[in-house]
Amino acid sequence: MANLTLLQAINDGLRTAMKDDPSVLVFGEDVGKKGGVFLATENLQRDFGANRCFDTPLSEDGIVGCAIGMAMNGLRPVAEIQFQDFIFPAFDQIVSEAAKLRYRSGGQYTAPLVIRTPYGGGIRGGLYHSQSGEAYFCHTPGLKVVVPSTPHDAKGLLLAAIADPDPVLFLEPKALYRSVKGEVPEGNYKVPLSTLREARAGTQVTVFCYGAMVPVTLKAAEEAAASGIDTRVIDLRTLLPLDEEGVLEHAKSTGRVVVVHEAPRFCGFGAEISALIAEHAIEYMEAPVVRVTGFDTPFPNTLEHHYLPDHRRVLDALERVAHF
Amino acid sequence: MNLTTTQPLQVIQPDGGVNGYDPKLSEAELLHCYRAMLLVRAFDAICLKLQRSGRIGFSIPNEGIEATQVGAASALKKSDWIFPSYRDFGMALYHGVPALEMMHNMFGNAQDGAKGRQMPVHFSFVQPIHFVSISSPIGTHIPQAVGAAHAAKLRGEDTVFLASFGDGGTSSLGFHSGLNFAGVWKSPVVFLCQNNGWAISCPVEEQTASDGFAIKGEAYGIPGVVVDGNDLFAVRKVTLEAVVRARAGGGPTLIEAQTFRMGGHSTSDDPKRYVPPEQFEYWKKRDPLARFEKYLEAAGLLNAAKSEALRKEVEAEIAAAARAAEQVGPPGLETVFSDVYAEIPTHIRKQGEGLFDLGRRRGDAHAGDGKFPL
Ligand SMILES: Cc1ncc(C[n+]2csc(CCOP(=O)(O)OP(=O)(O)O)c2C)c(N)n1
Ligand SMILES: [Mg+2]
Repeated sequence: MANLTLLQAINDGLRTAMKDDPSVLVFGEDVGKKGGVFLATENLQRDFGANRCFDTPLSEDGIVGCAIGMAMNGLRPVAEIQFQDFIFPAFDQIVSEAAKLRYRSGGQYTAPLVIRTPYGGGIRGGLYHSQSGEAYFCHTPGLKVVVPSTPHDAKGLLLAAIADPDPVLFLEPKALYRSVKGEVPEGNYKVPLSTLREARAGTQVTVFCYGAMVPVTLKAAEEAAASGIDTRVIDLRTLLPLDEEGVLEHAKSTGRVVVVHEAPRFCGFGAEISALIAEHAIEYMEAPVVRVTGFDTPFPNTLEHHYLPDHRRVLDALERVAHF
Repeated sequence: MNLTTTQPLQVIQPDGGVNGYDPKLSEAELLHCYRAMLLVRAFDAICLKLQRSGRIGFSIPNEGIEATQVGAASALKKSDWIFPSYRDFGMALYHGVPALEMMHNMFGNAQDGAKGRQMPVHFSFVQPIHFVSISSPIGTHIPQAVGAAHAAKLRGEDTVFLASFGDGGTSSLGFHSGLNFAGVWKSPVVFLCQNNGWAISCPVEEQTASDGFAIKGEAYGIPGVVVDGNDLFAVRKVTLEAVVRARAGGGPTLIEAQTFRMGGHSTSDDPKRYVPPEQFEYWKKRDPLARFEKYLEAAGLLNAAKSEALRKEVEAEIAAAARAAEQVGPPGLETVFSDVYAEIPTHIRKQGEGLFDLGRRRGDAHAGDGKFPL
């Protein structure tokens, strides 16, 4: 066990995968010598050589398109998109190609690739270095969407994603890169995709959240405890395919649910959770499902701390739902 | 007619001589160019200090690129449009955008034209020249410049549109679709590729296997011209030729200005991690500002005393702008919700009201008197 930041855990996960499987390649903009703009790929080129870890031209379309071809032909590409905000030139390759290849070829061709990309706010990055675009991708059958929130999960989920036979979008909460630390086992271990994690036990209200919103929610849950609200916090970890049964079990057991994400509300992931509960657990619910989300506006810069859901907003929702 | 070149055009010699080249600029105009370059350097240096002392979050170093920025900008009229990159301070300053307006953006304060929504250096101005709102995604503005140019062409106007981007930008989808459309439509566009050797840590050899960037115009039926980007007159000359041709209906040009970024990619970057030290030494000797000073001195327009006085004046101007911008408070909370659409839809209004309501109930100074004003 080592005590690592989330960023170091990702580096460790990449390193472990590259060591164990010579078909794993890591590439993207500035990932080689520089080690990535956040240093997630630091020293991978030095340690594994430029055939295993390398820079590409500045084209996300090229990065993902080439990753698909590599994956079709026996490699395990782990492509980095420098910021999730810059993934859109590759949207066509992800949505039209990677996600549909297995289906359209009747399983003859597949694209087992991982696209890692930092997402979310909190670094004063304004409109284009802060977005949470998971909803676009969760609307894409054939793709898997994973979001870790702890160093342990970051490494274990990444290793599971790399081993997975299908394309995985691995969204890294950049706000947590250096702000969370935790015990990370050595060697190759996998956290199975499509499983939930109970980040905090509680009996009265369940909060579903993921990524950078997990610590925010935990803080709100602590404050709520002081006023007698016992909150369970569930880290979704994999958004697609979602562990729907697990979500419903938690929802039924507390009968009160809050969903937290920093992406805009309209057609956001919270809508899916809310609809799932409305369809399958309405008779257990003692209060409406409440969403705490980013606003339906682009991401501002100077006022980003008002845009991002904070523990006050989560606490407010907890109180509303608990006392409904 | 094949106008494509492969050897960089140079005008100003190391000793300041110009081999009989006539810039056709008055003394005042020449000194305006010089002053604009000094403004960039001062703006750059002060922003670096502001960032290092935590008073602004971010900046983009411009040192070493001043001649490309100012030389190209000087070929445009005020009625022309610039679709800039984030490393084009000199284009705005040359055309008279007040340093204070730029500083408001650097601080993201209430007087910033973009209401503090964008990161620093993502400027947007409509006066005194169209300096179009900068977007972070690389290359997206290139076809937009072509579309704007097509609009002008359809209306029979003689406006010229300059799209500026880096060597890395030539790998973007926007570069290829932009050049392709402009070639087909013969659009009045000047594509300015600022080849500064690096796209963050990726050297040009990782960006392209072609012999430079100008030659990429060929395939789209667009002349490509290479120029020494640290030579103000050379950049001005090729840009002016491209602008004149575009204005006369002769279509687009791709210019590759060869230059070098003397700083990091941004204030978050340490170039020593990847740029070989020889490159800094090589380009330091080719400083565009020193080169233009040599010319001005040789032409009898500048001496050490005058240059020192100008430098001080410009530094004072930028420092005053920074002090003034720092005094201005943050934008109002309602700016999170305005300008998403021409009219604020109900669901966004409700979210705004909710935030103000929360502020009122939980005591948040930012919410002011707690009334959502939109
Ligand atoms: C589509 C997209 N991908 C990645 C980035 C991240 N990024 C910002 S600047 C940059 C390098 C740009 O290099 P270049 O075009 O040469 O311009 P320079 O910074 O050298 O002026 C990269 C990769 C981005 N802004 N947009
Ligand atoms: Mg460059």
